[in-house]
Amino acid sequence: MEHHSNLTIEQQKIERERMRAAVLKPLRTSTIWSKLWIFFLVTVIGIGLYAYYIQLSNGLKVTALRDYASWGAYISNFIFFVAISLCGSLISSILRLTNFEWHWPITRIAEIIAVSAIMFAGLIIIVDMGRPDRIYYLFMYYRLQSPIVWDVVVVATYFTVSFLFLYFPLLPSIAMCRDLLTEKPKWQRKMYKILALGWDGNHAQWKIVKRCVNILSILVIPLAVSIHTVTAWLFATTLRPGWDSTNFGPYFVAGAFLAGTGCVILGMAVFRKAYHLEEYITERHFNFMGKLMVFLCLIYTYFNVNEYLVPAYKMKVAESHHLNELFTGNEAWLYWSIQIIGMALPALLLLLKPFRKPIPLTVIAFFVVVGAWLKRYIIVSPIMLNPYLPIQNVPDNWKHYFPTWVEIAIISASLAGVLFIITLFSRFFPIISNWEVLEGKGIDLEELDEKTQK
Amino acid sequence: MNNSNKKTTSRRDFLQKGLLAGTAITASVIGLKKVFSEEEMQSADKSIVFSPNGKVFTVDTNKLCEYTAPPPTNDGARIGIAGKKFVMVIDLAKCDGCKACTECCQAMHFTEPDKEWIKVFKMQDAETLIPYYFPKPCFHCDNPPCTKVCPVNATFKRQDGIVLIDNERCIGCRSCMAACPYSTRFFNWSHPVQSKEVTNIPYSPEHGFPRRMGTVEKCDFCPHMIRQGKMPTCVDGCPMGAIWFGDQNEDAVTNSEGITMRLSQLIEDNAAYRHLEDLGTEPRVYYLPPKNRKYPKPDMNEQPQLQKVKHGEMNMGNMQM
Repeated sequence: MEHHSNLTIEQQKIERERMRAAVLKPLRTSTIWSKLWIFFLVTVIGIGLYAYYIQLSNGLKVTALRDYASWGAYISNFIFFVAISLCGSLISSILRLTNFEWHWPITRIAEIIAVSAIMFAGLIIIVDMGRPDRIYYLFMYYRLQSPIVWDVVVVATYFTVSFLFLYFPLLPSIAMCRDLLTEKPKWQRKMYKILALGWDGNHAQWKIVKRCVNILSILVIPLAVSIHTVTAWLFATTLRPGWDSTNFGPYFVAGAFLAGTGCVILGMAVFRKAYHLEEYITERHFNFMGKLMVFLCLIYTYFNVNEYLVPAYKMKVAESHHLNELFTGNEAWLYWSIQIIGMALPALLLLLKPFRKPIPLTVIAFFVVVGAWLKRYIIVSPIMLNPYLPIQNVPDNWKHYFPTWVEIAIISASLAGVLFIITLFSRFFPIISNWEVLEGKGIDLEELDEKTQK
Repeated sequence: MNNSNKKTTSRRDFLQKGLLAGTAITASVIGLKKVFSEEEMQSADKSIVFSPNGKVFTVDTNKLCEYTAPPPTNDGARIGIAGKKFVMVIDLAKCDGCKACTECCQAMHFTEPDKEWIKVFKMQDAETLIPYYFPKPCFHCDNPPCTKVCPVNATFKRQDGIVLIDNERCIGCRSCMAACPYSTRFFNWSHPVQSKEVTNIPYSPEHGFPRRMGTVEKCDFCPHMIRQGKMPTCVDGCPMGAIWFGDQNEDAVTNSEGITMRLSQLIEDNAAYRHLEDLGTEPRVYYLPPKNRKYPKPDMNEQPQLQKVKHGEMNMGNMQM
């Protein structure tokens, strides 16, 4: 990958300045659309906070959760957030390590999605707790044999590592903001100054950053795999028919990579359009991401075959109720839409080049992401409603589950929260890692800076 | 809200502990006086009594007095009663589905109507098999899937075999509810409806009340009754004598008719089984198959809201004892 550019120093300088201008432009200007967007997100978050206040004062009774479907949309949402947070490791780390130079302009988008999603994964699980006031008991009385404790450990670790994974490559960009965004208010300049950690682009600093990023790229892969495997184990360690599956770990990881890739494609499309980054996030990137998505859809299909068709071949009594419910019962329309629109159809369509153009790919990615959320819904609630013993002598509303407005408001707020963090980040920091993109073009920023200063 | 809650709890705990300690000392002093003071008048009636450490005494009957053991502290409730292994046997041949057990239990534990700690199911394992009533308490498994997953040790297995929940510890994550294959656990989704008298009773995991919002509850085998030398209320309340309860170490179980049987004999004679044995949870509740029933079989179409029985694997002819 270390191919040297044929450009002269002067051309490299021009390239650097153009790039700087392009990535700093969104930080310098603010459109009415971006203000409206932030207002919208804040409103959704506000409604969610109000709903949570209602839930705190009245208990989880305000949700549709009852003793049979005791886990529901909050838990589905938690798995969804953990899933999309894996995109950070996939795009930034696996593509980095496998030397695909085309990923440079999209790494930071993937990393910030990862960080904000994992933050809200942690928050949404607290929302699901009956006694959030006792959260510190998890540290006072923790028991290592509990999958919940494993999850606390891996979510915290993954958050730390993915935060550092975002932060280290960001340092040169923060320093650039500090040096060039002199028109910004004082507090913002101060923030850049503090966050830049005294970056001045000397050789030792570049060396440390590059080494850290390399180490983190390797470290984050086993972590990402384990975080979602452990999340799968929350379910797979129980005896419930439908969750009691040895396939669950890889099935979740495969699904997560697909969902995460979908989110990155959406992020690419939005930032490209909103911040006019067509020159850097090109059709070529969409083409590659489309191909990657075919590959991930096929892997996920493989795990779905193992998860559903193998038990369906045997139709053990306990599992048959849940499987019949999915194949032909109440959940059938949801199940088949997810499997076809969210997985099979994307794999087929994206084999054709026209569908890998930005607009069709974005539409497909949108369906993949929505399908991914609903898939996690399917994994949680219908299985809880098919226990070993029949559901008898209970009020009618215990036999079904559909989230109430409180749950929907809180979940919407958490999704808006993720988007809010990403938006806010992109208003303060360049969403494209300019030094890495230049490096991808064969321009070593360190060398160039040295030469131009002389 | 949290802070004030915590403060009142700890103050109440303190008062409660002080009171308990006081009662315990007085009670034991009175007990000793009654049993051991030789000055009192002699009587012809002699009683043979067991001491807790297994020694046999002969004492005058009129020197005996009622002694109620104080309820254990929270730590005591976690350890359980030494030397015991509680076990329940439910005779499906005798159960006529009257739900008296459920009612007794709900009255004693002040549970809300939709929380049936012991629930009577109507079961039919397959079309060709007979329907029967199936009372289901907590199985107090020896390999409990619920306590395994608890992140904070709020639900625990005691030395006497009982699985309890400490609602002062429970964080309401509901992992145990997901983990229990028998749908035995209930959650306090809202502020529990309970009278002032109930809320004034000091909390103990041994009886589960006063209950708290956002915590899990379930059948507890009534250890607070056992400590008073009484049977769990569902056992006592069964008009058919269908529920037997006792100590596996003593190999003896008793039902509401006051009949005491050898546990091993009961198991052998009736080919007892445990529900969903193949899950490996090692339940402490045994079932006697509904053979030669003394009641008409349940009508499976009677209640439209009933679902068809799901699990064919647990049919009676397929026991692995």
